[in-house]
Order: sequence, then C-alpha cells, then structure tokens
Amino acid sequence: MTGTSSDLTRVDVAGLSRLLSSGEVSAVEVTRAHLDRIAADDGRLGAYLHVEDDAALAAAAAVDQARATGAELGPLAGVPVALKDLVVTEGVPTTSGSKILEGWRPPYSATVATRLAEAGTVLLGKTNMDEFAMGSSTENSAYQVTRNPWDTDRIPGGSSGGSSAAVAGHLAPWSIGTDTGGSIRQPAAVTGLVGHKPTYGSVSRYGLIAFSSSLDQAGPMARTVLDAAVMHEVIGGHDPRDSTSIDTPLARLADAAREGAAGDLRGVRVGVVRELGGEGHTDGYEPGVLVRTREAIEVLASLGAEVTEVSCPSFDLALPAYYLIAPSEASSNLARYEGVRFGLRAGDDGSRDLDEVMAITREQGFGPEVKRRIILGTYALSSGYYDAYYGQAQKVRTLITRDFGAAFADVDVLVSPTTPTVAFPIGTRVDDPIAMYAADLCTLPASLAGLPAISVPSGLSDGLPVGLQVMAPALADERCYRVAAALEAAQDAARGHRLLDELGTPAGAA
Amino acid sequence: MTSTADRLVEFDEVLTRYEPVIGLETHVELGTASKMFCGCATTFGAEPNTHTCPVCLGMPGSLPVANAAAIEATIKIGLALGCRIANWSRFARKNYFYPDIPKGFQTSQYDEPLCVAGHLDVEVDGTTHRVEIERVHLEEDTGKNLHVGGATGRIHGADHSLIDFNRAGIPLVEIVTRPVPGAGRLAPEVARAYVTELREIVQALGVSDVRMEQGSLRCDVNISLNPVGDLEWGTRTETKNVNSLRSVERAVRFEMRRQAAVLDSGGRIVQETRHFHEDTGTTSSGRSKEEATDYRYFPEPDLVPLAPDADWIEKLRAELPELPAARRTRLQQEWGISGTEMTWLANAGALGLVEQTVAAGASPGDARKWWLGDLARRANEAGTELGELAVTPAQVAELVRLVNEGTINDGLARQVLDGVLAGQGDPAQVVEAQGLAVMGESDELVAAVEAAIAGAPDVIAKVKAGKVQALGALVGAVMKTTRGKADAPTVKRMLEERVLGS
Ligand SMILES: [Zn+2]
Repeated sequence: MTGTSSDLTRVDVAGLSRLLSSGEVSAVEVTRAHLDRIAADDGRLGAYLHVEDDAALAAAAAVDQARATGAELGPLAGVPVALKDLVVTEGVPTTSGSKILEGWRPPYSATVATRLAEAGTVLLGKTNMDEFAMGSSTENSAYQVTRNPWDTDRIPGGSSGGSSAAVAGHLAPWSIGTDTGGSIRQPAAVTGLVGHKPTYGSVSRYGLIAFSSSLDQAGPMARTVLDAAVMHEVIGGHDPRDSTSIDTPLARLADAAREGAAGDLRGVRVGVVRELGGEGHTDGYEPGVLVRTREAIEVLASLGAEVTEVSCPSFDLALPAYYLIAPSEASSNLARYEGVRFGLRAGDDGSRDLDEVMAITREQGFGPEVKRRIILGTYALSSGYYDAYYGQAQKVRTLITRDFGAAFADVDVLVSPTTPTVAFPIGTRVDDPIAMYAADLCTLPASLAGLPAISVPSGLSDGLPVGLQVMAPALADERCYRVAAALEAAQDAARGHRLLDELGTPAGAA
Repeated sequence: MTSTADRLVEFDEVLTRYEPVIGLETHVELGTASKMFCGCATTFGAEPNTHTCPVCLGMPGSLPVANAAAIEATIKIGLALGCRIANWSRFARKNYFYPDIPKGFQTSQYDEPLCVAGHLDVEVDGTTHRVEIERVHLEEDTGKNLHVGGATGRIHGADHSLIDFNRAGIPLVEIVTRPVPGAGRLAPEVARAYVTELREIVQALGVSDVRMEQGSLRCDVNISLNPVGDLEWGTRTETKNVNSLRSVERAVRFEMRRQAAVLDSGGRIVQETRHFHEDTGTTSSGRSKEEATDYRYFPEPDLVPLAPDADWIEKLRAELPELPAARRTRLQQEWGISGTEMTWLANAGALGLVEQTVAAGASPGDARKWWLGDLARRANEAGTELGELAVTPAQVAELVRLVNEGTINDGLARQVLDGVLAGQGDPAQVVEAQGLAVMGESDELVAAVEAAIAGAPDVIAKVKAGKVQALGALVGAVMKTTRGKADAPTVKRMLEERVLGS
C-alpha cells in the first residue's frame, strides 16, 4: 500500500475528485496517504504547525460512510486541504504564527473554513507562516523555519510559506493562503505553484486573523490553475458577516481555466508593465527571472494574445505606501492581543498592575518584525503625522488605482514577474528588512488597488521556480485564470510534463 | 484628589466676577434589539457575559457588521435636533488600551459623523436659551468593569477586576453641543433643562428608554469660567459620570464654585477629566488631558462608508413623531395653563407623567396637583427623579378617582400613596387592605360621635349657649379617634344634629 499512498499525494485535486467520486479510492486512503507523507517529510520541511491526524481520519471516514449510504456528495468530498494558520478554525489551534496566540482554540470558524468543510473537504492541519503574515520568507514565524521543497536551504516564500511548502512538497493537494502584499503569489512563485489573490472583497475575511484589513484576502494555492479556480469557487462569494464583501455572483472561474487551457488567446490584450522589471526598471531583478518572464510573454503571444508594453509610473511608490498603510492598520488590529481575554498572558504574578501585565505580555508575545511594524504604524497614525504618512499613502493608493484604470482602458490583463528573484537562501535577508520587503515589489500594486492577480509557474532559473504574475481589473478574476491556464497548458505540453514533476520524490518517502 | 479639601466660592459671588461657558456630551444607549456590530441581544440586567459572541468579544478574525436600525435611530435623533444629515459618513477607530474595550479600539466616528449642525432650544425661567448641537454620531459602548476589593470601587487599590462584556458593543449615540456661553446664573438650570429636553426628544422618538439610573443616558459636563467681559473663554474641565438630571445641575454649580476659588487665588484651571460624586455633589480630579492618550483615529477599514439616501432621510423626517416642544404647546392649550407652568412641569420631568395620568382619567388639574405636589416632594426627599418613583400614572389617576368619588379624602389619599409606594398594590387594593376608606354613618362613627359628646359636657354647654364654632374641637376629636378615616363634613353634620337637634 505504500506505493499507492505516495502516488495519491502526487495526484492533483481534479484527479483526486475523480478517484473519490468513482469510488476507486476512499477518503480515508487519501487522507492517510497525506498524513503518512506529512509524518515522513514534515520534519524536513516544517510546513505544518498543527496536524489534525485522528480528527482528519475521522472526517474522512464520515465522508466514506456518507458515500456508502448513497448520500449525494459534492465533487470535493474527501479531498484533503491545509489551511494557513491565520484561518480561524473552531476547536483547532490557531496561532497566526505568533507566540501570543499559543494554545488558543477558537470558539468559531472562518467563513472560508466553513465553506471548505461544507464542501466535504478534510482538514489536514494548519500551516506555518510569518508571524501575523508579516514577512516574505516565513522566517518570522515564532515557531519554526519552513524549507523550500526545491532546495531545503532556501525559503518557501512568505508569508504563506507553510502552505506553499506543504503543496509543493506533496503534504497537501492544495491549501489556503492569504495575501496582503503578495503573501500568496510570492510563495507560489518560488515553489512552482499557482497562487491567486482574489479581488478585494470577493472572498470573505470573516475569521481571517487580520494583518491589514484593507488589503487582506484569502485565496487558493494549488498545483494547477484549474485546482486553484475550483477552490476559489468554493470559498468565494458574498458573506454577510464581512461588510467589505462584494454582493455579486462569482464569475465562472473553473470554466475560464478550462477555456484558457484550450490554448486560444486571440483577442486578449496583454500589457507588460514597464515599471516591474521592464527597460530601465531591472534593478534588483535576477536575469534568469527576466528571461523566464520574457519567454512566458512570448508563449502568450504565440497563443494569439496582443502584447504591448504599458507604463504605470505610480507603481514605483507602491512599496513606501504599502509600508505605511499595512503597519498602520496592523498597529490597530494587533491591539487586542493584551492578555486579558485569550492567548498568552505574561507577568501576571499578582505584584504587577494591568498596564505592566499588558506590556510584558506584548513584549514576550510578539516577535521583532511584528514589533517593528506596530511601532511604525503607531507613529504613522499619531496626531500631527497622520496627514504626512497615512493620509499621503492613501493618496498614493489612489494614484496606483488610476494607473491601473488607464492601463486597463487599453489592455485586458497586465503581466510582470511575480517576484524579482528565485527563492533566496534561508537567513540571508533576516537582518535586512528593506531587502526582505523588496520581494513584494511586483505584487504590491495589485494589493493596494484591490485587484485580482495570479502567479503561475513560468519555468526554472538555476533549478528554482519562477512565476509570472497576471493582473486583471476588479471582479475580472476569470481573466487571470484564463491567461494563466493558457500559459500552463502550453508550457506543460512543450515540456512533456508539469513543472512540479521535476521536483522528485524525496529519498526515503516512497 | 480629595474633594472635601476644595475651597468654594458662594454661587452668587461667582457671578459677580466670572461668566460660565458650559458644554454637554450626552451618550444615549439605543434600544435596538441587537448590538451595534453583531447579533447579540441588548437586554439590560442579564447574567454577566451571556450576551457575547466572537465579534463583541474582539476575538481574532471577527468582523463588524453595522446595525441598520441604529443608523436609522441616529438619523432620527439628528433630524429631531435640526441637524444636517451627512450624505457620506464613516466609522473610525479610536485606539486605546483598556480591558473593557475588547478590540483595543472603540469603533466610533471622528471627522465624518452622521449628523452635524443642529440646535435645541430650552426654556428656563421664561427665557429661551439656544443650545447649538455640533454633532450627533454613532459608536459602540464599552464593557463594564467591576473592581473588587478596593475601598473606592476604582481600579486603584482593587484586589482584582471583573469585566462584563454584555454592554460591549451596544449602540451608543453621542450628542455633542457647541460651547454655550451667556447662560450666567442660569447655567446650571440650562444644563439640566437641555438634558431634560434631550431625554424627552429621545423618548418621543422611541429609540431609547433613556434611563439615567441604568446608564442608558449618560452625561459629561464641560465647564469653564472667564472673567466678566473677557472675550476669551477659560480652560474647561470635563466632569464624567453625571448620571441624573439633578446631578447635571449640581455638577455645573459645584464646578463653577470650585473653579472660581482656584481662579480667585491666582491658580489656573487644569484641563482634566473630573469625576462627579452623587453622594456629596462634588467633583474630584481624574486623569489629566495633558497626559491623555493620542487616539490615533483612522477610518475603520472593516466597515464601508455610510451614504444615507436623500429620499430615505426625507421619509424619516416625515415620519418623525410630535416632538416635545410641539406637544407642550398643544397640551398647554388643552390644559389651559400658563407657559411658566408648562416649563415648570417639563423641567420637573412631569409632563409625560401628567399626560399619562390625564389619559388614565384624571383631570389635568388633579394630575398636576399630585405630581408637582406630594410626589415631587417625595422624589426630592428621596433624591430621585419623579419618573423613578414606584407609582404609575394609572395609579395616580385611580387615587384621584377615589378622592373624587369620596371613597377617600386628601389626608387618606396620602396614606394610600404611602402604601402604593411601599409596593402594596394599586390604590384600591391599599384602601381595601388597610381599611382606609372614608367612613359612612356607620355604627362605629355614631359611637365615636356620641362618645365625643359624652366626653365634653363643657363644650356642649358652650355650643348650646351659642358658640357653635366650639364644635370644631369635637370634630377634631372624632377624626382623631377614627384615625382620619372619617369625612370631616359628615362628622360636623352628625354633631350638629345631635347637639343642636336640627
Ligand atoms: Zn456579540
């Protein structure tokens, strides 16, 4: 059975869905295969903070039992899933990668988690992340380092690095990530996955532990564009519990992925953003990344897309604006962690007053990057500085949105590299926050404008994955899936296999 | 810190040297069925922490959804105060750390409130004072702290503290006046009349039960003094916890007297928060504004801006009920009373009570007589508001009816009222239970009358000799032996029949 088990972890969700629906495999077999794989490999990868084990097997057994009694089950019943550890799950430890929430078992579930559960998926566990999603390498987790399955000396991206490592390392068929400034797209890019940040407001934020409320979005991380689209359809759509949730029906995303895979992009106008790795804007971009990007654009052209270069001058301001807006909102969002109602309480020995206990709790509970951003955000919002910092950053946001608006008057999608470099070695940027922030250079504009953007593999550079980012107007997420699927299908066909297949099964796992 | 140490200037003397400027910030807890940003119930008095959920407990990941009924109620209050209703309004986060605010910030409104620029006219001693309203905005209430084990009930010195989050997230409307100069010696009464009128308006709108003793109406009173004739206003203090109409008046009066003493001695007023003490009528220093937190307000990203539709606002305006000022004009005519009497009734908080008593069958004159007479005296003695006495308008109407029917007289009625206030039931029940009805010509009364005659031969002699008014002493004796239950005119007639044989 070992061979079958490891095989099941290499099947994508579309394949698992077929196998489960036809009864060729049971949900328990699929779940056990993944749990076995986690047991074998997660010591090396460090993708999970918590594994559900028995609870996952019980959930899978319930699916099998329901199927045996002839119940009408959805196509995803019995498919395992991993959730980034900021997705609140009732009764299941949820830490957001922080010591301050160690031991917290939430009394409720996020809408995203509930919708996945209602679709019959089986929760494998919660994945590692940068503390409160602040980081691009997952090295800011308060718990453990997560390693890139392509090279375990390198970072898996961040902040959804546990999710990317789990899916690329075949410890989960797909996972939920969240993206504030690039935290789905960048880890997907550096691990050879597909990751989509939906239009702001199209996936409920209810139950996602907030980092920056006006930017946070949950989205799929998967091995194929189709799988990502299917997950997006499960989790997306209006939620009355989230006031910023958009009340319109979701576009047919899986259909768009299938249509794209058919390989016809005639009539699709693709704009290449000059400011993101184009001429005169190549500082900090690795040549290998730029080459893969150029090749990917040529593939799109060969499928019939009209490719033009587009200039979005305000994108140069995205990084400073983001690093004022996100920390400002974070400084307020993280004020609730003061040890009174849940999570860590430190220093409460009876001799200290309330303010001291709150201060000690926060001092011990938060890591250095979180503290850095709370201080930055507190400063940016202070009376007398608000207009110069937070207010000004909001104006930049408007300018960026206008640049997108002007660009989308002429093109249907915009493309760029997802991140300027391939996965960098662990430890090389931890002492240089500015270098770390540069990893989000290409993903920040779409975040600030609330637009959908996908990262899809475009090949390898020095044996490491590179991603192409496809951005679309608000609520036109289907364009991202269509163009990404076209690139994926064409490159898979040319290569004769999927990119991820080049990542061999680790020794001793099979 | 200790209020007893404050030196005070006599009130009349304050006004010879200083002019007061007052300002009021009033918080009204709305009577919506659910909280401001979640579905939890708002009922008062439930077991602690039973009306809570992830949202109002500020659990990680929870998000607010604004209560449409609360927004509507706020707009109604704004319209009733003549405010302009914003066509674009936003919630903002007011950031500060305190355990009774679960999220580490209070969701409030800052520079984009729902309603702005209104006014409220109040009458005191026959003069009209216009109080300008700066803004009416919507926010959420905090939880309630219970500090256990200390002497003061404050956090300092407490052994431990408990927090009840049932109140956290209840919609709260804040009504902020512009500074009110020029009230002079009437400043305390103007402040009280303003809060009274505001309470009447909110009550008429039916959006809150505005019960000060339960904290559903709370007042912060700002006061400053400037030397007579100075154009520049003085530094103000903000007195919190002013939780009755009477206290509003007392707080203004006290602060005027205290500040005058500080200024007289060459001191300066510290801009600070002060606490009002109901028991002594004094204020004491709280935290100083000069060391106050920077609230770091910014627009709440978890909520979308409010853009009330103009047609909807007009519909709400058209549906506003009769407001207290209009009602007073109408009732004044219906009851045939003077404007001064009407103001008096309103400022005593008796208008609604009298109106309901009239509706329950009493004449306007009788209803006024009881509420402004006996009941007002009792409320004053108990240090409470008229409306908080344990007697309903219907019971007062019944009392009036019993008097008018001759079942009881005014003296007995007061005893009946004692029984009602002591919780012994409706007036008729008290009359029955205590046997307080006026005696007819019963055997008992005949016996009492005959005993009085037999016991006072000297008086009888005087009466027979022509001094008929001497019978008065015998009437008094009979009333005494019957403990007031007899009807005096009846007793007099019975005595006359027996002594004079007429
Ligand atoms: Zn609640």
